Amino acid sequence: MAAKEFDIPALPTYIEIPEINEGIMEGDGPFKSSEEFQDPLGFPGEKVDNWQELAIEKMGELKSKYRSVQVFLDSCVKCGACTDKCHYFLGSSDPKNMPVARQDLFRSVYRRHFTFAGKYFPKLVGAKELDDKMLDDWYNYFHQCSQCRRCSVFCPYGIDTAEISMAAREVLDVVGVGQKYCNQILGKAITVGNNLGLPEPALKDTLLDLEEEIEEETGIAVKYPLDVKGSEILLITPSADFFAEPHIDGLIGYGKVFHQDGVSWTMSSYASEGANFGMFIGSYDVMRRAALRIRKAALDLEVSRVMVGECGHAWRVAYSFWNTLTGVGAGASDEFGLKLQNQLDSRYPQPQHIIEYTHDLIQRDKLKFDKSENDDRTVTFHDSCNVARATNMGGIPNGQFILPREVIKAVCNNYVDMERSTIMESTFCCGGGGGLLTDDLMEIRIKGAMPRMQALKEVEKTNGVDTLVAICAICKSQFSKVLPKFDFDPYMIVSAHQLVSEAIIMDKPQTDDSASEEAEEVTE
Amino acid sequence: MSAISTFFTALFYLSLAIFLIGMARKIYQYWVTPAPLKIPTAPTPLTQTGVVMRMAREVVLFESLFKSNKWTWLFGWLFHIGLLLVLIRHARYFWPGDLPEIFLLIQPFKYAAFAMVIGLVGLVGRRIFVERIRYISAPSDYLMLIMLLVIGVSGAIMTFTNNHTDVVMVKEFASGLITFNWADMPTEINLLVHLFLVFVLMAIFPISKLLHVPGVFFSPTRNQVDDARKKRHISPWALKQEQSHEVKLGETLGEDK
Repeated sequence: MAAKEFDIPALPTYIEIPEINEGIMEGDGPFKSSEEFQDPLGFPGEKVDNWQELAIEKMGELKSKYRSVQVFLDSCVKCGACTDKCHYFLGSSDPKNMPVARQDLFRSVYRRHFTFAGKYFPKLVGAKELDDKMLDDWYNYFHQCSQCRRCSVFCPYGIDTAEISMAAREVLDVVGVGQKYCNQILGKAITVGNNLGLPEPALKDTLLDLEEEIEEETGIAVKYPLDVKGSEILLITPSADFFAEPHIDGLIGYGKVFHQDGVSWTMSSYASEGANFGMFIGSYDVMRRAALRIRKAALDLEVSRVMVGECGHAWRVAYSFWNTLTGVGAGASDEFGLKLQNQLDSRYPQPQHIIEYTHDLIQRDKLKFDKSENDDRTVTFHDSCNVARATNMGGIPNGQFILPREVIKAVCNNYVDMERSTIMESTFCCGGGGGLLTDDLMEIRIKGAMPRMQALKEVEKTNGVDTLVAICAICKSQFSKVLPKFDFDPYMIVSAHQLVSEAIIMDKPQTDDSASEEAEEVTE
Repeated sequence: MSAISTFFTALFYLSLAIFLIGMARKIYQYWVTPAPLKIPTAPTPLTQTGVVMRMAREVVLFESLFKSNKWTWLFGWLFHIGLLLVLIRHARYFWPGDLPEIFLLIQPFKYAAFAMVIGLVGLVGRRIFVERIRYISAPSDYLMLIMLLVIGVSGAIMTFTNNHTDVVMVKEFASGLITFNWADMPTEINLLVHLFLVFVLMAIFPISKLLHVPGVFFSPTRNQVDDARKKRHISPWALKQEQSHEVKLGETLGEDK
């Protein structure tokens, strides 16, 4: 399936709503998971015999546990407001990629089995049976949704296709039709502690290499502490930051900012992953199991602050869900949440985003920059969907749009925004979010990137933009892959903290712990 | 009482009962179904007041729809505001005795019927002529609009053309339904069609997409305060699960390795 031939979409001056092309993205969907990857998550290894019965039962359970699912299934009036809002529809023209049509795959079965009209007048209200064809369509089209929530912004009832796609994926998992990419990764995350399955020694080596590299380059012993008990800050960052390009340059930036502030910080080998694919597969339980590792690390390492690196859905899970799932946050009245919250320093928001932290230091004049270091760049910022539409920063309205831009503008002179209807709450997804960042979905990833690429092309033409900043590990990986398909330089995508790293003036004298003394000897 | 009047009287109570019981059940269902996670969509309100303002803009102005598509917004809003004004005007039929003076203010708004009909025609047109919307439309989606259109047009015919009905008699019939003093109704075809469809619409309200009316108020992406870090938000089932979960509080307090 990955070898299927397809055209790279052209980039028009204005995005035109395509005429629909039924069935153009039909297919088998991404690689299916096997017993090896299903088992650790508690899902059956292959499609179970009574899958239909089980699926309907699960749908019933989900709609009684999630108000979103129940209300969204009932409330859609098919007004069409969302039909031209999905980047996958705009890029592929498959009508089942229109948000309402995607939801209708699920809604038609809901109507057939759970509503009066659908039971007795199925044709009239478009109710359908959950047969093999329908299940295949679910698998295929619910893995062409990046759960970016752009449709929800424009829906008069706030119907969020992400909620429906999460529910559908959970039903699929429960009947044994899981997606390999997400479930394999989750298995590693909940057993080893990160999506790559990187054990503690490997992680330690990677970080030591990084320290050496930075010291060679700058002459300053920036540290990347691991499992240091009693540190003030526990940094939870996507594991892509440890090895992938351009992510690692962001990690270098975080280290420099911590170093310059003189704060004690650590990462955890037990919870070395910010990403939480439990959200993508819609499983509250799996998402919680992944998040509980972070809670345990915070308690074990006796930190007073928990901070999150540049990762979109990680920040959504951290900002919006951690307090619910694990009690990382404030305002708990139950034993479970209180235990941790008593340990955390209530003067800081918990969890805090690395951008909030750096922004705060900039506001308080704690960091000095030589902005001219970034003068060779003209920069624009891609609002990552989960950060933009599902979180906040700084506790001020729209802070999630304001803070990253202020940090970027503090470290570089040439900044322009892309077209307003493609940024902030209306931002177009990179095309690779929501568990789609796998090579077997390359066609939809490239087609789905078209709207973002189009807006980028316009600022490239008009303003000479040559650098695209994102604060999401998935966006960074996706852009590295798709930029060249649209005639951009794949290296134009950078972390916000890479720009910080390049401009920051490091002048603080070393702290005198033994580790850094050793390092100093090496340089001398 | 004539057979027709008896039939319509019975149909009214039947429809009303279905409407009230059905809506109560649905609203109860929405009410008790928890929203386990904080999922407000940007731009998010950070306070409860902000949520009230957002909901008010959404319900009164159709803010999100306006952002999305100006034509759909225009037709949708015209229809809804027209319907609202027309409905308020109809209070004069159901109100036993003289109407409170405040309702007199609404009387000039009889032209709202045109807004309603124009809006509906626009919405039907979009459904037929815009390929994407045609693709997502089920027969019931057309039927609903056509029913509303027939209701609107039959009402307008009685108001604006020479096919007036005996409004005094209508008032006796309608207010009689409220006070249980049942009376005969006029039997012009326009009125019969008008009332029949209104009663049918009432009955299908709780089993159709008309549930968007209560639904919007319960939509978690619209009615939640964006304060997840400040306040622990947890659903009853999640709390229960937490208490009996395999990972208990004590077990997360292991020694650092």
